[in-house]
Amino acid sequence: MTNQMHAPRTPAGRAAPKKSTRAKAAARTPAEVARLVGFYRQMLLIRRFEERTARSYTQALIGGYCHLNLGEEAAVVGLLSALSPTDYLFTNYREHGYAIIRGIDPNRVMAELYGRTDGVSKGWGGSMHMFDRGHRLLGGYGIVGGQVPLATGAALAIDYRGGNEIVMCTMGDGTANIGAFHESLNIAALWKLPIVYVIINNRLGMGTSVERSSAEPELFRRATSYRMESSRVDGLDPIAVADASAHAVATARDGHPYLLEVVSERLRGHSVVDPAKYRTEAEVAQLREHDPVVTFGARLVREGVLDADALAAIELEVTARVDEAAAFAESSPAPDVATLFDYNYASAVPNDSRRLPGEPLFEPEPLPDPGEAT
Amino acid sequence: MTTMTYRQALHDTLRAEMIRDENVFLMGEEIGVFEGSYKITAGLLAEFGERRVRDTPIAEEGFTGAAIGAAMLGLRPVVEIMTINFSLLALDQIVNHAAKIYGMFGGQTSVPLVIRTPGGGGQQLGATHSQNIELYYAFVPGLKVVAPSTPADAKALLLAAIRDDDPVLFLENLALYNTKGDVPDDDTPAELGRAKITRQGRDLTLIGYSRMAHVAAQVADQLAASEGLDIEVVDLRSLRPLDRPAIIESVKKTHAAVVVEDDWLTYGIGAEVAATIADGAFDYLDAPVRRVAMAEVPLPYAKPLETAALPSVDDVINAVHQTLDAVGRRHQKVGHD
Ligand SMILES: Cc1ncc(C[n+]2csc(CCOP(=O)(O)OP(=O)(O)O)c2C)c(N)n1
Ligand SMILES: [Mg+2]
Repeated sequence: MTNQMHAPRTPAGRAAPKKSTRAKAAARTPAEVARLVGFYRQMLLIRRFEERTARSYTQALIGGYCHLNLGEEAAVVGLLSALSPTDYLFTNYREHGYAIIRGIDPNRVMAELYGRTDGVSKGWGGSMHMFDRGHRLLGGYGIVGGQVPLATGAALAIDYRGGNEIVMCTMGDGTANIGAFHESLNIAALWKLPIVYVIINNRLGMGTSVERSSAEPELFRRATSYRMESSRVDGLDPIAVADASAHAVATARDGHPYLLEVVSERLRGHSVVDPAKYRTEAEVAQLREHDPVVTFGARLVREGVLDADALAAIELEVTARVDEAAAFAESSPAPDVATLFDYNYASAVPNDSRRLPGEPLFEPEPLPDPGEAT
Repeated sequence: MTTMTYRQALHDTLRAEMIRDENVFLMGEEIGVFEGSYKITAGLLAEFGERRVRDTPIAEEGFTGAAIGAAMLGLRPVVEIMTINFSLLALDQIVNHAAKIYGMFGGQTSVPLVIRTPGGGGQQLGATHSQNIELYYAFVPGLKVVAPSTPADAKALLLAAIRDDDPVLFLENLALYNTKGDVPDDDTPAELGRAKITRQGRDLTLIGYSRMAHVAAQVADQLAASEGLDIEVVDLRSLRPLDRPAIIESVKKTHAAVVVEDDWLTYGIGAEVAATIADGAFDYLDAPVRRVAMAEVPLPYAKPLETAALPSVDDVINAVHQTLDAVGRRHQKVGHD
């Protein structure tokens, strides 16, 4: 059991920037280059998708609560790169990027945001509740920490059947303070379940910093209470996250649960309607400097993996993809009111309530004749 | 009198009570630096400091339980749970502990605690964030549950709740925070456990609470204008204790009742009201008691489905019409009154 650091830390938990050289790029195999370009394309896809989501929200095409993955792109891409298609993913309400990178058609993710029938959850879930059994994304949960026991149970099912899959369960830093987090990690460690718990530490709950909410703000250390292996990684570097994720996933596949803390950023407010006034100017400036999409793109150019033309081509491709998703979502039909009771129960049951609010329990009947009563 | 929003009335009352009584303090997620998810506590951290305005971790069970414990030593915590949906994580502490401690220990220790939390729905927040589950608390002996519908009641009931020696669940409503009304300047608390007749009438009684008290009043006004109907409106205000005498007295006068509620029909608050009427005013009724409530589904996100599932003004009007039709048929048949 080790509780280790994958990357050197600055006081804020951020890895010191790596010095890269062109020489390194020359040594890369075509497969390595393709992997890096793939990471970048995926990160940019999340970025443009989420920007489009924010725009559609202000146009009232999307409603309810809406939390974006802006700043989390490298974390999402790196983490999911280590999963095989048969592995399971549980996540929280900040999951649009996870859904897309898991392989779900962006059209269907956008359609869910628009509340349309072609959405991943058929328009029933919305932004916070993406679910796709085929891609083994088992939610999208809006209750903080709700996914953690569920993911543990999925790992139990895999273990029970002797399967080789693993479960990845992501959550935010604030979520590590919910009782169910501790209950779940203890159970997983006791029963040696194949699960990777991932804390995306963007150092904020809604507006409360991790230091003001967690007595041990180095959250990966909490695993020691459960004798569980854990580590912390720089979430702005997709390669570092991918490597850390691969190690965590391999450990879980070996029957040892793992806690991975990914130190990340949240570029905007908690949700699209939060102006984030509690952040200082300096913080905001620093955020821009840390922007993982920009820095990773620049790094690939610096290392000779991509040139300006290639970057522009990816930009065009990704923008077109997002435009298509928005057009698809807008043209997808809204669910018909007649379907309101379609998912009451998986097993039909007599006397099930299928009543609209204005409908009476009983239709009026002719009054009994007072003379008839005996 | 001062005209202000429901939000402002809550804010000002919390502030005034903190000034009045050193034992009153606030706890909850994001109530300090972030100034509250719905900004009820804006400015209070700056004014009172961290000792009295405590940002908590996301740990509903932990901090609600801690508030109960602090109340056992005589403090008067006012806990904010961001929405009533998240109170489910604290259900054990509220139901098994806050509600039990006074009675189970033979009256030795009271729990002077207020839990403020909003319900809601209709804002496309989806199945887990749109529930109106105040019934879970109204069901439990030992708890008091109030649900103000106006800024004036928000103030008067919050004053009463904070000064009361028992655990009070104080139900707010996302849809009401921006509504305005006149609020008395003096700080006279309301009496817990009392409903209010907010509109006198003779033709039918409409019964609601929180947002639905507004819907009831709106329907009454509309039907008075369009059809000359004379509808009485009862705003329950308190769900536990339930003001049964006020309900019965009104129905004895009008002979017909419709209950409007934002929760689910089966076993809901309206079921208790209807049972109360069946029990206490059976011989006075000229029609069955109708309930208008949410469709019994996990509330979908998609707007058309959500709209269909939630009770609307039109649904209430239909129920009123059908009830008055039933009254008419009875009168024809038995020729009474
Ligand atoms: C049980 C519960 N309590 C409170 C909330 C309201 N809430 C939604 S997100 C959030 C902050 C979560 O912070 P973190 O876990 O760090 O995730 P992040 O949003 O930063 O990704 C809160 C308090 C909730 N949804 N569920
Ligand atoms: Mg966070």
